[in-house]
Amino acid sequence: MIHAVLHDAKDTVAVVVVEGLTAGTELNAWIMDEDRVIQVRARQDIPIGHKVALADMAVGDTVFKYGEDIGKVVAPIQAGQHAHVHNIKTKRW
Amino acid sequence: MTIVNASTTFQGYRRDNGRVGVRNHVIVLPVDDISNAAAEAVANNIKGTMALPHPYGRLQFGEDLELHFRTLIGTGCNPNVAAVIVIGIEEGWTKRVVDGIAATGKPVAGFSIELHGDLDTIMRASRQAKEFVQYATALRRVECPISDLWVSTKCGESDTTSGCGANPTVGNAFDKLYELDTTLVFGETSEITGGEHIVAARCANDAVRERFMFMFDRYQAMIDRWKTSDLSESQPTKGNIAGGLTTIEEKAMGNIQKIGKKCRIDGVIDKAELPTHKGLWFMDSSSAAAEMVTLCAASGFAVHFFPTGQGNVIGNPILPVIKICANPRTVRTMSEHIDVDTSGLLQREMDLDQAGDKLLECMLATANGRWTAAEALGHREFVLTRLFESA
Repeated sequence: MIHAVLHDAKDTVAVVVVEGLTAGTELNAWIMDEDRVIQVRARQDIPIGHKVALADMAVGDTVFKYGEDIGKVVAPIQAGQHAHVHNIKTKRW
Repeated sequence: MTIVNASTTFQGYRRDNGRVGVRNHVIVLPVDDISNAAAEAVANNIKGTMALPHPYGRLQFGEDLELHFRTLIGTGCNPNVAAVIVIGIEEGWTKRVVDGIAATGKPVAGFSIELHGDLDTIMRASRQAKEFVQYATALRRVECPISDLWVSTKCGESDTTSGCGANPTVGNAFDKLYELDTTLVFGETSEITGGEHIVAARCANDAVRERFMFMFDRYQAMIDRWKTSDLSESQPTKGNIAGGLTTIEEKAMGNIQKIGKKCRIDGVIDKAELPTHKGLWFMDSSSAAAEMVTLCAASGFAVHFFPTGQGNVIGNPILPVIKICANPRTVRTMSEHIDVDTSGLLQREMDLDQAGDKLLECMLATANGRWTAAEALGHREFVLTRLFESA
């Protein structure tokens, strides 16, 4: 089963694609561009469509998805944690 | 082997100006807000007609007024429309809309309310609308090459599954349609923020690239002028954020999956302008669903691809809107709105080629006359874009 998907091996976040994901689950994360699966353990419950961090990130780090810059870290994130508006912000506007 | 190739045809309505429609509407088009009541009365009287009420058209001026006329005239000119009744409060602007539509050669008649009142106007317009319905219902679909099809796209209530599943499905279908000499459009200018370098790199030449960047920078300047925050909850929307999208850059990267991997951007148009040749066009436009789809209809597009994540329910009065969704929860909870389910993509149960073909199969059925979910559910959002205050 695929629990999460990412676009590019460079990505530091992946999208959860199953409902009811709970903390402690060992996730199969599918790298779509390479058709390869990696594992990460969820540290928190994460809703479908929301992102799981694939790496530890510090404040000011750039977040990568689609292999591109999608914003900056504004609160420390550990691999397996829920990555969203509480710890990532836009660099625009 | 994809489902469409150069010999693919569909059954459409060929209009006098050569354009091909997939619907055969007789519309009653108000020029201004105060003519809505008369327009709706005519549509109530005459079966097979549809009124397109809207809240604008008085004391607009300059570029905003130009856009108003372009949108109304473009809507009437759309090949999905067989004939048009135009109703306005006074003669001058009513005639301007009538003359614009008449250039297509299709039947159009204008009625102004001043010196007549609503009741006399409704009676005269109803008599003409009845003739138009009988004219339209006598028309027959004819076989048309796929290159005659104009297809637009815009996504809405996106979430992260849009960028992984529904939008790449549109991109795959666009790549296939582009090869077949069709006319395609995408837009949503603010929603390219963070991915503008990718769109610029896909422009066919420097002239197109400069025009695209002009439109992009113009929209950014508008946002910078009016914003009071970082636009969070507006762009991305509250629904986008609930669905897991965090920043505009992330949303933009998902958005531009709709232009596929191969097709080039061959031209740039302003809001509601007509493409002048085949290929993929960028239209400067709002990212609000009903505004953008209304502009696509006014630019002459006949079928619309609308990927959604959280479940936008939008339709349009004259442009069939096909909904594509890859979020399994949305497909389950809002199934009546979804035309093409591509949730299998996220479990590797289907590949992108299969998903693209599934969408193209639905597109051909829609072009041949099958109603979309939004049509069956009665979604007729007709929303005019405004540029600034009225005088």
